[in-house]
Amino acid sequence: MTPRLTMTVNGKAREIALDDPRVTLLDLLRDRLGLTGAKKGCDRGQCGACTVLVDGRRVNACLTLAVGLDGADVLTVEGLAQGGALHPVQEAFIAHDGFQCGFCTPGQIMSAVALIAEGEAGDDPERIREGMSGNLCRCGAHRGIVDAVLDAQRRMAGDAQGRMGKDGERAA
Amino acid sequence: MRKFEYLRPTSVEEAVAAASRPGAAYLAGGTNLLDLMKTGAAGPELLVDVTRLPGLDAIEPLTDGGLRVGAMVRNADVARDAAMRRNFPMVVEALLSGASGQLRNMATVGGNLLQRTRCAWFQTPEAACGRRDPGAGCDARDQAGRSHAVLGWSERCVAANPSDFCVPLAALDAQVEIAGPGGRRDVALRELHRLPGDTPHVETALAPGELIVALRLPGAGAGFGRFSRYLKVRERTSYAFALVSAAAALRVEGGAILEARLALGGVAARPWRAVEAEAALIGAAPDAGAFRAAAEAALEAARPSGDNAFKIELARRTAARALALAAAGAPERMPALPASPFADIGAPAHA
Ligand SMILES: Cc1cc2nc3c(=O)[nH]c(=O)nc-3n(C[C@H](O)[C@H](O)[C@H](O)COP(=O)(O)OP(=O)(O)OC[C@H]3O[C@@H](n4cnc5c(N)ncnc54)[C@H](O)[C@@H]3O)c2cc1C
Repeated sequence: MTPRLTMTVNGKAREIALDDPRVTLLDLLRDRLGLTGAKKGCDRGQCGACTVLVDGRRVNACLTLAVGLDGADVLTVEGLAQGGALHPVQEAFIAHDGFQCGFCTPGQIMSAVALIAEGEAGDDPERIREGMSGNLCRCGAHRGIVDAVLDAQRRMAGDAQGRMGKDGERAA
Repeated sequence: MRKFEYLRPTSVEEAVAAASRPGAAYLAGGTNLLDLMKTGAAGPELLVDVTRLPGLDAIEPLTDGGLRVGAMVRNADVARDAAMRRNFPMVVEALLSGASGQLRNMATVGGNLLQRTRCAWFQTPEAACGRRDPGAGCDARDQAGRSHAVLGWSERCVAANPSDFCVPLAALDAQVEIAGPGGRRDVALRELHRLPGDTPHVETALAPGELIVALRLPGAGAGFGRFSRYLKVRERTSYAFALVSAAAALRVEGGAILEARLALGGVAARPWRAVEAEAALIGAAPDAGAFRAAAEAALEAARPSGDNAFKIELARRTAARALALAAAGAPERMPALPASPFADIGAPAHA
């Protein structure tokens, strides 16, 4: 039996024929839809490099079976930019050097987009660190990452004090 | 991953019938099961996806002041629920101390209750493990055992239950509602997980095909309100399993303890309710001496299962500190680092 699924991926409706129920969302995105932004780091839910949004919530794509996602709305890092304009979180990662090698970055960015939408961390750097703890960065760019999330959340909240730039406000 | 069939039934009855077949397993959030299927520690032939079963995704008030939580409610949504935060803050603190934002969005109530041990030898199919393969012995027995039990273990199995959620649930006398081939029944959460004895492969009180449909938190536990805390000691401040944890709740009137609850995590194959410690606290003044005496009582029967004697003293200190935190009352807002020993002493210095 070949299950057929309908999914929206980055705003586009997709019909997917799955020949094997073992395919994870991560493998579907990377190997079958050509969306290689989400990364396969540990493949066991421990590193967060595969983070994408399903129906607006951040999840680990490596521990999600594609076959269970009939009707789902999936957003990956490739779907964040609008036209030519980067998403504020993407801009903030660049402005604050929120990466080094870049492997974990798509997962970090998707996780940060969701964290800001969850609205529970606010502009408390400790809450942001806690809220981002499911995304490991082996280069150790966490300081830039926290600064980027802080800056993006302030800008998105329309906070007049929010500003971009390498010397954006540091955690108190 | 071994090949399997996938089914998504549309009713509880259909799900139970399908999962009663040998080789079948329920799939909820998949955060534990898929991981074990990838290592080869689990290899079900049929996955019965229960995430879209109707009626299992609500949190409802009970007439006694408690709450009923559907088995498919995601851990993140339990932690966000206003009534849960008000009446059972230590449950919320325990949930928020576990896993990551992503995993909590996926993990369900039922799956969290039935998550398997993190014992590395259980997770590695090449290792002998009588919990995974009946009668296979235990390669973990002579290992250092940081993650292993110090209470209730046997020569056949030293594994510990890894769930944070289950620890306050044991303290609050939660009830688990089950649907099975023989109809519906309740199991006390304290009886859900089995101690290993000679049959470590019998991990829970559930029979084949039985499905957790809901969890009930009795109203009696709601009275503790903010005088209940969860404290979790782990090897990094966030996103790590408990080495040792404790859930504590107190009701104090006129300077004396009227009612106490204490349960420990990371120390046994089940969340460990410490009834002796609770009894020792009744009538005492809520002070360090009473908390230490209660902690001694809680660990009375503990013995190392490997090079892990340190966990016994760590558990005593964690229990005593959780009781002190409960007596002081939880802060109005959830700490930035839920359940962390650093939560109440201000931010640790970061690089
Ligand atoms: C990297 C990582 C870190 C983690 N850290 C923590 C932590 O710090 N603290 C913590 O407590 N947990 C932690 N977890 C574990 C996590 O909480 C569990 O994996 C999760 O709760 C399992 O829920 P699920 O819905 O995904 O279950 P699944 O993986 O779908 O299922 C788990 C088991 O329960 C069975 N099952 C599921 N639902 C039902 C039901 N309704 N009735 C009967 N059987 C059912 C399944 O057959 C399976 O055997 C971590 C996990 C990972 C991957």
